[in-house]
Amino acid sequence: MSYLFVIPGPLRELAGGRSEVRLDGAADSVRAALTLLGRDYPKVHDRIVTELGEVRPHINIFIDGDSFRDVGGLAAPVRNGAEILILPAVSGG
Amino acid sequence: MPVTHHVKPEKGDVLLLVGTMKGAFILRANESRKKWEIGGPYFPGSAVYGMAYDGRFGRHRIWAGPASMHWGALLRSSDDFGQTWTDPEVANVRFPESAEAALKNIWQIVPGRDSEADTLYCGVEPAALFKSTDAGDSWELVEGLWNHPQRPKWQPGGGGLCLHTVLLDPSDASRIRVAISTAGMYVTEDAGETWRPSNKGVRAEFLPDKHPEFGQCVHKVAQSKTRPERMFLQNHWGLYRTDDRGETWIDIANGVPSDFGFAVGVHPTNPDIAWIVPLESDGFRCTPEGKLRVYKTENAGKKWKPMTRGLPQDGAYETVLRDAMAVDSLDPAGVYFGTRNGKLFGSSDEGKRWSELADGLPAVVSVKAAYVS
Repeated sequence: MSYLFVIPGPLRELAGGRSEVRLDGAADSVRAALTLLGRDYPKVHDRIVTELGEVRPHINIFIDGDSFRDVGGLAAPVRNGAEILILPAVSGG
Repeated sequence: MPVTHHVKPEKGDVLLLVGTMKGAFILRANESRKKWEIGGPYFPGSAVYGMAYDGRFGRHRIWAGPASMHWGALLRSSDDFGQTWTDPEVANVRFPESAEAALKNIWQIVPGRDSEADTLYCGVEPAALFKSTDAGDSWELVEGLWNHPQRPKWQPGGGGLCLHTVLLDPSDASRIRVAISTAGMYVTEDAGETWRPSNKGVRAEFLPDKHPEFGQCVHKVAQSKTRPERMFLQNHWGLYRTDDRGETWIDIANGVPSDFGFAVGVHPTNPDIAWIVPLESDGFRCTPEGKLRVYKTENAGKKWKPMTRGLPQDGAYETVLRDAMAVDSLDPAGVYFGTRNGKLFGSSDEGKRWSELADGLPAVVSVKAAYVS
């Protein structure tokens, strides 16, 4: 199985300049998919996931277009071939 | 992203490390401290509450704790005055799994005593103390404080539940004092194994019991280097001094327009001299009467005098936050402070005359002064 991670602009430098990375492995949930990302791109993973394993509050992750928070959170299933889009939320000041 | 300018400090220069809500700046001047050059912004977009200069053992290392709203907080350092910064693989200050907590912000970075070459401390939000004994390569949570039985009763203040002050007793390597908003001060006498609250005499205006054992909202504590048993404390309502290493605190709000404020600084060699910036009320939190006045005592708080020459005295509704004042080590001492409106002021004669060093910065949250030797 494989998954396509879309890396946001501010983190591309931490992913070797890539805007997208396709990773192979078995992931039955968003949490497991993010663990796959951390395996190959630990810096990117660290910027979007806290020590508690939670996605940082101002980060959005869309699984095939749906916010992971709307479809079951970190336990939400992820299909083989899914696009996992990581975006900073509209926040700041 | 903005273009970053760099300064090139030399031996004998004075540095100002200025943390703002939108990045960090580094200023340099020679010993006259008349003309300042400004470098930055570093980490544009990140709030930088914690900065420090480590000049021990020939180092010229600047530490900063940029916290991005989106990407979290990291501790980074530079050995070339900001031209390059470390970029750790993962957050170097991080809570162990057993703590069941996540780092929100880095509030304070403190190099260890002169006898502790590779020791550093870091105060963070949620309120905790971290220690490094390998010059900042790795950090460990000080479990004795984290596991304190009173910790579940600590409450966050306006800046979150943060450990914002770390004071190392220069004469006792086992004694460390920390201040937490809102929990008050805690002290250890066994290098962090055990801690006890140390707030006797400090009031908590916002609690039913005005003098609880803990729970005070201590905004900042400054310790004399030459007489470390003496400290000055700016409280959330209350201005205090101790002459017995913090065992008891006495009210010294004599002749100030308000005993509310955040910042306090102490003279590098004269323990009778300190500076504060009183703010009006709990709700307004700006300089009273629209006058930006630094108050100075030369007799350990028996009297305070306004120092206003060069500071705006009309329509100046400024706020100086807890870490936004610094005192350098020169003679006469330089005093510096930044405001939430992005102004930076300095005095090279202990407060007699002030100059505006910068304007238009993002909101200033921390100012640290250092001498490059």
